[in-house]
Amino acid sequence: MNNQPNLTIERSSVELTKEDFVSDQMVKWCPGCGAHAILSSVANVFPKIGYRKENFMFVSGIGCSSRFPYYVNTYGIHGIHGRAAAIASGVKIANPHLSVWMATGDGDSMAIGGNHFIHIIRRNIDVNIMLFNNQIYGLTKGQYSPTTPMGSVTKTSPQGTIEHPFNPGELVLGAQGTFFARVIDAVPRLMTEVMFEAAKHDGTSVVEILQNCIIFADKTHDTVTNKEHRDDRTIVLRNGEPMIFGKDKNKGIRLRGTKLEVVTIGENGITEDDILVHDAYQQDPGIHLMLAKMAYPHYPVALGVIRSAMYPTYDDLVEEQISYAKANGKIKCVDDLLNSGDTWVIS
Amino acid sequence: MVKTKSKIIQRDAVVVKFVGDSGDGMQLTGTLFSDTAALAGLDLATFPDYPAEIRAPHNTIAGVSGFQVHVGSKKIETTGDQCDVLVAMNPASLKSNLKWAKTGATLIVDENAFDDAALKKSGYTENPLDNGSLSGYNLVKAPITQLTREAVKPLGIDNKSADRSKNMFALGMMYHLFDWDFKSTFDFFEKKFKNKPEVISANKAVLQAGLNYAETMEALSSVFQVSKAKIAPGRYRNITGNIATAWGLLAASERSGRPLFLGSYPITPATEILIELAKHKSLGAKVFQAEDEIAGITSAIGASYTGSMAVTTTSGPGLSLKSEAIGLAVMTELPLVIVNVQRGGPSTGLPTKSEQSDLYQALFGRNGEAPVIVVAASTSANCFYYAYMAAKLAMEHMTPVILLTDGYLGNGSQLFRIPKVADLPAIKPPIAKANDPDYKPYRRDPATLARQWALPGTEGLRHRVGGLEKEDVFGNVSTDPLNHQKMVDLREAKVQKVADFIPEQEITGEKQGDLLVVSWGGTLGPVLEAVEEIQAEGKSVSHAHFNYIMPLPKNTAKIFDSYKKILVCELNSGQFVNYLRMTHPAHQYLQYNKVQGLPFTVSELTKVINQTLEEK
Repeated sequence: MNNQPNLTIERSSVELTKEDFVSDQMVKWCPGCGAHAILSSVANVFPKIGYRKENFMFVSGIGCSSRFPYYVNTYGIHGIHGRAAAIASGVKIANPHLSVWMATGDGDSMAIGGNHFIHIIRRNIDVNIMLFNNQIYGLTKGQYSPTTPMGSVTKTSPQGTIEHPFNPGELVLGAQGTFFARVIDAVPRLMTEVMFEAAKHDGTSVVEILQNCIIFADKTHDTVTNKEHRDDRTIVLRNGEPMIFGKDKNKGIRLRGTKLEVVTIGENGITEDDILVHDAYQQDPGIHLMLAKMAYPHYPVALGVIRSAMYPTYDDLVEEQISYAKANGKIKCVDDLLNSGDTWVIS
Repeated sequence: MVKTKSKIIQRDAVVVKFVGDSGDGMQLTGTLFSDTAALAGLDLATFPDYPAEIRAPHNTIAGVSGFQVHVGSKKIETTGDQCDVLVAMNPASLKSNLKWAKTGATLIVDENAFDDAALKKSGYTENPLDNGSLSGYNLVKAPITQLTREAVKPLGIDNKSADRSKNMFALGMMYHLFDWDFKSTFDFFEKKFKNKPEVISANKAVLQAGLNYAETMEALSSVFQVSKAKIAPGRYRNITGNIATAWGLLAASERSGRPLFLGSYPITPATEILIELAKHKSLGAKVFQAEDEIAGITSAIGASYTGSMAVTTTSGPGLSLKSEAIGLAVMTELPLVIVNVQRGGPSTGLPTKSEQSDLYQALFGRNGEAPVIVVAASTSANCFYYAYMAAKLAMEHMTPVILLTDGYLGNGSQLFRIPKVADLPAIKPPIAKANDPDYKPYRRDPATLARQWALPGTEGLRHRVGGLEKEDVFGNVSTDPLNHQKMVDLREAKVQKVADFIPEQEITGEKQGDLLVVSWGGTLGPVLEAVEEIQAEGKSVSHAHFNYIMPLPKNTAKIFDSYKKILVCELNSGQFVNYLRMTHPAHQYLQYNKVQGLPFTVSELTKVINQTLEEK
């Protein structure tokens, strides 16, 4: 495992604070929108990451989430719909000394930008993706998205949706993702902790944020995230710790045959030794996929870092190939190139 | 065998076309032939003409691949209307290309390939080699397949492998016909097949056999003698338009000190640029083969924001996909070079054929008021220079630039006089200085109206750009009506101001007269040659060929004022002429258009120009 932030990014010589990242722009999200908490978490975690403030960069697409770059004082591009992952890929490949962050939504990344989303993950480009999943199109005022639960009534599904939604975690792992985590907008402490882990990860990290859209899909995650029953319906995964959850800390996840199973410690002879211990860093994504897919009511929804596996990053490999070519290539400048191969002099 | 004594025919130019099945190696044969011509000191232009299918059904018209070479001691402007020598490796290629052979042309055919099955597949009802239908040509029936097999039999090579070298037999015959040294071709074999000595020996033996055979042929008793061309002194090489484009971009990157980033997706006929740039990591070029056309351009926009000289390359359909992102580059005022190697459209159209029908798309194909600079190369060799200038304008004026080339320029090749990078015009991007207290994202240089390029990582310049309209100077999101008007006007004025920085339009011929022939982009060769032919007859005709399209050179109106008639020739339905009608409405324009996926021929143009001169 890797506890060091990226060494190619220059560290700040002075201690930074939250104020270093607050922009002078008025934040125009609806009051009560989950995005406010995400913005606050970013401002909290960026000083802790320790890079120079000029080395942070935000990229976004289109949607409520994608106004993010205007609200945080870093370099930034507010792009076009769905293309944030491709823009961010260009940013990181061109300048690997930047800590590149991407703010996107379920429409931006799962629908119009689905192609770029899977390919940045497949390439493992070192970009930190914050996926604001509110299961609705907010900025266009309430159409269903690729993550809207089947049967939901929205403006474009008056009789209920007839589409199977994406589980973003399943998509990330299907695209050979090396880092996937899930958090709730209403639990800032976990969000900050997970974002720090995402920043440390070399490669594409995807943090799915179960976010509430107070106007068009209010309480969409409520069945799971409501404080009343959150402890029983979610499980916070931490590397090296047993998968125990519940208000009374007596429920756990074990592997039975080829499936995960929820058990109660102390019942039917189950002890803590039967409970799976989370290994976020293992390369095999099998258990990670099962964890990412866990859904209420059969399972608790997994929160925290579900997968954080080490693989070479595309941006590192680009630098390696370029250094090799520069050291070993015969063509050192364009004049060499122009005069390479068959040439002749006419006098 | 008796060696016949050769007669010598002096020629100032000869056009040769190699045609065969798409697996017959015609592209390689043509390339080796033109390289040898270049080493013999001739000027030349080449054009490969190949089908969209990689291996269309054997022996069918659909599978015919060709390569035309125009060599000469005079300045070669075109790849030639019709050929003097047609080498046809099978019936289908003869059938589809006979119309491109001059009356009396030498036809060299592989008679072994004209069997019943192949004749039937190509649609011949009887063998054209025997029925007298080719009596108007100098027909050379050579048993190429048979003699190739015999030539390699001593090396223990089977017939199937031998057949792969048939093209070298034909090439050997051509070397006899031009009395050229084959050393450079032998050198090529040595290099190309370094680890396959048997292939080297086979190709050498076959080429030699072809040459020996041709020497004995009565029909080839006359050989061409083309004397050395009068070419400006210097070091030369052969170059295709696509390679020249790639190298021009690399030169601009080196000269500007901005690392090259290419985001691209393979598409015919532009892929070669992507392949070429991928080879040059030793020059620091970062080449990203994206998942689609949109990722190609948007990754380039991301790279541009960080300070790279960003490029995306494509052809017509890809440019359509990039439209929205070009608008983002216009709005964020970031430098970006978009290369469009045009092909026949619309939709998938004619992928391997050439057209100039993307001009409207380049000029207008975006939502909103979204002006960009449009530049067009006009020869395979000057793709280098215009790619360089496109990058220079993009960076110095902080705007996207669309460079239009086409399949004809991109795949065609020409002699290229090798420049020194230090002699190319300097490129000075307006990079913002760290901690500049006056830095504002949309503050502009009054001369260019370009904003500054503030690179991430620089202290004191943190700022955001994006597709939403921005407040003048400060760059905050703004929906203010008057601000929007101002920004729209500024973006337009910035592009128009480029006219202060590009050369004035030049004219070939008298500065005034009866007729000005106007053309742009890839049609320079045939239009210039046609105009020069008519000028030689003493008629009053001049030629203006445009490379800077948006904005047009400042003296354009003045030029148009000086002629009684203006005739605009282009390979589309009239896109440039309509653009002139819009930008220069005071003049009357005549037009000549062709949209067949084929270049202009000199003969059709001379006819049209003469008609235009005669009409009252």
